[in-house]
Amino acid sequence: MRRLLVGIPYLWLLILFLVPFGIVFKISLSDYAVSIPPYTPKLDIGAGWAAFTEFLGALDFENFVFLTSDDLYWKAYVSSLQIALLSTIFTLLVGFPIAYGMARAPEVWRPALLMLVILPFWTSFLIRVYAWIGILSTEGFLNQFLLWIGVIDAPLTLLNTKIAVYIGIVYTYLPFMILPIYSTLERMDESLLEAAEDLGCSRTQAFWLVTLPLARPGIIAGCFLVFIPTLGEFVIPSLLGGSETLMIGKVLWEEFFNNRDWPVASAVAIILLLILIIPIVLFQRNQAKETEG
Amino acid sequence: MTQSLTVWTAVAALSASVAVAEEVRVYNWSDYIDEALLEKFEAETGIDLVYDVFDSNEVLETKMLAGGSGYDVVVPSGSFLQRQIEAGAFQALDFGKLSNSGNLWDVIKDRTATYDPGNAYSINYMWGTTGLGVNVGKVQEALGEDAPIGSLSLVFDPANMEKLAGCGVHFLDAPTEIIPAALAYIGEDPNSHDPDVIAKAEPILTAVRPYIQKFHSSEYINALANGDICVAIGWSGDVLQARDRAWEADNGVEVAYNAPSEGALMWFDQMAIPADAPNPEAAHVFLNFIMDAQNMADASNYVYYANGNVASQPLLEEDVIGDPAIYPDEATLENLYTTTPYPARVQRTVTRLWTKIKSGT
Repeated sequence: MRRLLVGIPYLWLLILFLVPFGIVFKISLSDYAVSIPPYTPKLDIGAGWAAFTEFLGALDFENFVFLTSDDLYWKAYVSSLQIALLSTIFTLLVGFPIAYGMARAPEVWRPALLMLVILPFWTSFLIRVYAWIGILSTEGFLNQFLLWIGVIDAPLTLLNTKIAVYIGIVYTYLPFMILPIYSTLERMDESLLEAAEDLGCSRTQAFWLVTLPLARPGIIAGCFLVFIPTLGEFVIPSLLGGSETLMIGKVLWEEFFNNRDWPVASAVAIILLLILIIPIVLFQRNQAKETEG
Repeated sequence: MTQSLTVWTAVAALSASVAVAEEVRVYNWSDYIDEALLEKFEAETGIDLVYDVFDSNEVLETKMLAGGSGYDVVVPSGSFLQRQIEAGAFQALDFGKLSNSGNLWDVIKDRTATYDPGNAYSINYMWGTTGLGVNVGKVQEALGEDAPIGSLSLVFDPANMEKLAGCGVHFLDAPTEIIPAALAYIGEDPNSHDPDVIAKAEPILTAVRPYIQKFHSSEYINALANGDICVAIGWSGDVLQARDRAWEADNGVEVAYNAPSEGALMWFDQMAIPADAPNPEAAHVFLNFIMDAQNMADASNYVYYANGNVASQPLLEEDVIGDPAIYPDEATLENLYTTTPYPARVQRTVTRLWTKIKSGT
């Protein structure tokens, strides 16, 4: 029984990660063709061992070599990393005070506050991002409001810029930052702060020396939960960003849809995955260390 | 193998039972039909209609090439259709079941035969041109009374674009439409598949890039109608829909469409039946329904696109059949060009060029 329970996550990993990865990896080694599906060779399982070895022989790493021949790809990876990193920092700066405020709020309020954070999930993500178009456009609510209170004289160009992309990402991923930080802060023993103050810490010192280190696991979890999906983000930059916002998700789309080159698109995806494995491994290590401690 | 065969038999049996339930799944462009026609189809034939929409040929093609889309009728444009036929995505039509096929217009059939030899796999739904949508008042304000609203120099001459940038210019986000237009502007063959010729479009587009507010293939309809932008390279019927919306809103915006004098791309949206359509029988019923003269006329009267159905022409409203922006006169027709699909390697060059123009990388 115990073995079965342990097996479930592995089965999950096998079906939802390793098998798709294997399929994508296989496609990344094949070549473009005008057919259904649009690549060759195809694996014919019924044709026996000889056909299988022949199939393996037809595979090569040409598509990965191709990715190095054009600077578009690494520029897109670097730009995506940059956007993901900055977005994570912004989300942390906005999310931490909110989580802190929630954890320090009277206990009766907390379920309601938690609900408010989760509530937006009840609406489709797409509609929420779309709403930002209405807010940020030249004739949009934000500009009208700013003009009305007299902060600006002419409407700001916000939509179709990188700023809009950051706003969209921070807004969308904020709950993923707030929830883990809140859960660590909420569990924190407040007597630790009293002890710190008894021992001569000021309020601020106690925050830096006690609260923040204790919130660390939540902060790290939140950062990864924001960073990893943002890196491959496609919807937000394509709706809110201008055409100069270069992200790997967009490049992937173009390879897949405009060039119809599934093999090169798969190679781009495999590299993206390899880039993502680094932070995931770091995260795992950190988790392991936390449990040891 | 036997095991997978059993599975496939089960799937086939399942889809057969679906066929008994008489359902037809249609995948068409967005904003492209009068919804009353869909209800009429269900009432007349008793077949349930599932109607989904898309807004780019690329999305449709990816579904077709992946296979198993579950659709019975899809509507790719000419050059995309051609490649999909080549890939084996469609089944030949059974004209015995299409009694209304005599209504089709030879003028259009001759042209669509380039993509679908003998018109064996598809029928024309609508066709149109890619040209210039302008907010007449704003453009004249920026460029003077004699602004070249019927010429590509409006959007490809940096001197004009610099003055238009303030009131907003949108381009279609479709390299296979804009690059041929840039080539037509400098007098090259718009349908060139030669990478060296295609490369000549780059300096033209790069020079005006700073003045282009956005590359997008549907936003310009509303943007033109609201007066948010003053020029768009767009599809004829979409610009005319913008003209209508502005007129209905009575907001003082006057939108006009012109097929550029240097030549305009003529495109055809073709209805075809996927090779693996669950219900080809019902798909034929749908195609036959669409080819009915009255139905096709209703569709064109609603979306402001010309159709490939000659029998529908007497039933068209005057502001459709009589508008040279929709049904071009002989002289303009001469001036229209068509394009054919790029081979894979050239397509990659085109996409790469497009990314470079748009993002500067």
